Amino acid sequence: MASSTPDGFDVLVVGAGPAGMAAAVRAAECGICVGIVDDNAAVGGQIWRKSAEEDVTEDAKSWADCLKARQVTVLGGMHVFDQPEPGILLAESSDNRSVLHYEKLVLATGARERFLPFPGWTLPNVIGAGGLQAMVKCRLPIRGKRVVVAGTGPLLLAVAAYLKAHGAEILKICEQASWLTLLRFATSLLTQPAKIWQGIQLSQQLGGIPFLTSSWVAAAHGDKMLEAVTITSGSETETIDCDYLACGFHLVPNIELPILLGCEISDGFVQVNDLQETNVSGVFCAGEPTGIGGVELALVEGQIAGLAAASRIAEARHLFGKREGFRRFARSLQRAFRLRPELRMLAGPETIVCRCEDVMYAQLCPYTSWRSAKLQTRCGMGPCQGRVCGAATEFLFNWSLDSARPPVFPARVESLVAVRDIKQQDPQKIS
Amino acid sequence: MNVTYDIIIVGAGIVGAACADELSRRGMAVAIVDREWIGGGATAAGMGHIVVMDDSEAQFALMRYSQQLWHKLRLELPDDVEYEQTGTIWVAADEEEMAEVRRKRNYYGQRGVPVEELDAQGLKHLEPHLRDALAGGLRVPDDAVLYPPCGARFLMERAQQSGAKLHLGRSVTQIGDGCVRLTDGLEMQAQYIVNAAGTSAGDLTSGLEIRKRKGHLVITDRYARFLRHQLLELGYLKSAHSVTTDSVAFNVQPRRTGQILIGSSRQYGAEHKEVDHEILARMLRRAEEYMPGLRAMSAIRCWTGFRAATRDKLPLIGPWPDDPSLWLATGHEGLGITASLGTARILADQITGAAPEIPIEPYLPSRMMLSQTLKEPANA
Repeated sequence: MASSTPDGFDVLVVGAGPAGMAAAVRAAECGICVGIVDDNAAVGGQIWRKSAEEDVTEDAKSWADCLKARQVTVLGGMHVFDQPEPGILLAESSDNRSVLHYEKLVLATGARERFLPFPGWTLPNVIGAGGLQAMVKCRLPIRGKRVVVAGTGPLLLAVAAYLKAHGAEILKICEQASWLTLLRFATSLLTQPAKIWQGIQLSQQLGGIPFLTSSWVAAAHGDKMLEAVTITSGSETETIDCDYLACGFHLVPNIELPILLGCEISDGFVQVNDLQETNVSGVFCAGEPTGIGGVELALVEGQIAGLAAASRIAEARHLFGKREGFRRFARSLQRAFRLRPELRMLAGPETIVCRCEDVMYAQLCPYTSWRSAKLQTRCGMGPCQGRVCGAATEFLFNWSLDSARPPVFPARVESLVAVRDIKQQDPQKIS
Repeated sequence: MNVTYDIIIVGAGIVGAACADELSRRGMAVAIVDREWIGGGATAAGMGHIVVMDDSEAQFALMRYSQQLWHKLRLELPDDVEYEQTGTIWVAADEEEMAEVRRKRNYYGQRGVPVEELDAQGLKHLEPHLRDALAGGLRVPDDAVLYPPCGARFLMERAQQSGAKLHLGRSVTQIGDGCVRLTDGLEMQAQYIVNAAGTSAGDLTSGLEIRKRKGHLVITDRYARFLRHQLLELGYLKSAHSVTTDSVAFNVQPRRTGQILIGSSRQYGAEHKEVDHEILARMLRRAEEYMPGLRAMSAIRCWTGFRAATRDKLPLIGPWPDDPSLWLATGHEGLGITASLGTARILADQITGAAPEIPIEPYLPSRMMLSQTLKEPANA
């Protein structure tokens, strides 16, 4: 069954993480009709995901309260999978399908973790760092479990601190970046008191946990599930018994929907002007898809996008200076956590790269492009649509991914037929 | 630098690959040039249905010949070609279409193709997820399905084992007079050139009219044993025959993975590769009408492709009258996967002077010259 909102939205926001919430709140302040749609049932995105036991942070709570106070329509548990024509998005929930009409659109689709293949990475209990945190928030028992945290990026520290606070025994944190680059990164934060304070808090929380730099996972071992991991610094290796490996290689922006809408992409990120508007008129983008920069940058970009979408240009301009500060942080983040070339060598010939279609590393080696590899090996042809292996092969083989096609998320056949109903119905009824 | 071969094939789709295999196995020095990779065009976009069709006597002859060649080849095909002899069922919705089932049964039967007429119950028994109240169908058990990109790669690898040289990622700017010119300035020379460039064939050979006929396909997640045969509605004959209007038809294929390929659509004059939402919706609605169980399935990808169509719906296989060095192997529209093997045989027969196993006259490109001023043939 099709359902939709009464009148369509003046501003529709896709993604209810920090950027999307900020955009929706700012746009709604002037009394226009604003909607926000997200895959998850609750707002907050990945970073402010609510846990079963605890309250979310003050920030998250206050933005969520604002959404309510400004009467933003929250459409939870819905994947946006297609734009049949400009101004209309199709979304699907587990039992429903919606036609969402908009005047202006803010894309705040966030990011996902990058996974890189190494021997044993597909064993049960080898989990993304953010993924493991999310599972603990959903009541996965972690107390007393031995966890190795590895990969790259500031997320590792945050996850380690979270897991430790919930009773996990963090055996080691392995960061692939060198201490020198981390030192440079830390120095660059000197202009950002908030970040320094976060850093100090984190290091207190993580006190006593061995933190290794220039160190990465070489293999995960186990018969039916994870039993141990081998970590290496290139010259020295060590094998550690553990229950979980929380492993992520920084973040990959979710740009499939922006690509589908025709937004210009450069170096893997959505290109926007000062007002966060993309080359597609009336379509704005904020947060990680424009450059991985963390929650503070996402909040400012979201606010600018929301204000601009609501034509409050002067107010949007007031935030430009603040945004520039956080963008400097984003740029140093990008530099500091660049993946080292050794990580390209981790996968063995028989290491699975594409989990959906069971494609091994050696099968991919003969190919010169993502498309030829896809066609010949089915890599990336499964239900995740290459979201996992695509980001890996981008790094492993320097392949650039091809264009996005509808549906950008798997959708039921009956939902794809929805376009016909749009044309056949009276626009008043479905708008 | 000039490089000299006996034959240069332009186009590494399944037709070009089959020609390369056949010609190099007959001892010729063959080179293949493609701007992309093996099987990246219509070969990648198509369903991979090995099927006998009977739009015309000539079409039937090439399709049956080719279907049998695939059947012979099946034991040599590597696993990833996913050749499965699923058979085809032509589904009849009503008594009018049952009359077509009987005509088709007689036609195929008289020409030695095994067929089985199914009544409503028989159809339901073989494909329980088809909707109720269908009239019956015709099962063609020799038909099969395969995964075309790997089929093309297999043929190309065999060609290479026989000495063929493969030049991928090289765009051709000009062909003719025994010469192939590449964008990077390289000229390759050969006694013969085969234009097997599919929808691009017309860009390389002036006077050759190839029309692009756009199609859409959808693939689902895995639903093992939901579907066993390739199913086509007999209404397909009504829609696919039209050479002017957009049409959709119920056409579904079981993949070895348990995935289901849902087709099909045909559009003229659509130049862009973007998914056309309206025709996609029409196509899926048609599929749902025949198999209501498809509605709730998860569709994981949609894509489009272009068939290389000729005006009389027959491929072009043979010498191009304007240039004694130029041969054509293109214009297969939706039947190139099946017809690739037969095409390669009769092309190689003509080039080497061997006796073809089926009459070649209906496919000769010279017919296009003769009929240029004529209208559509009556059987199209």
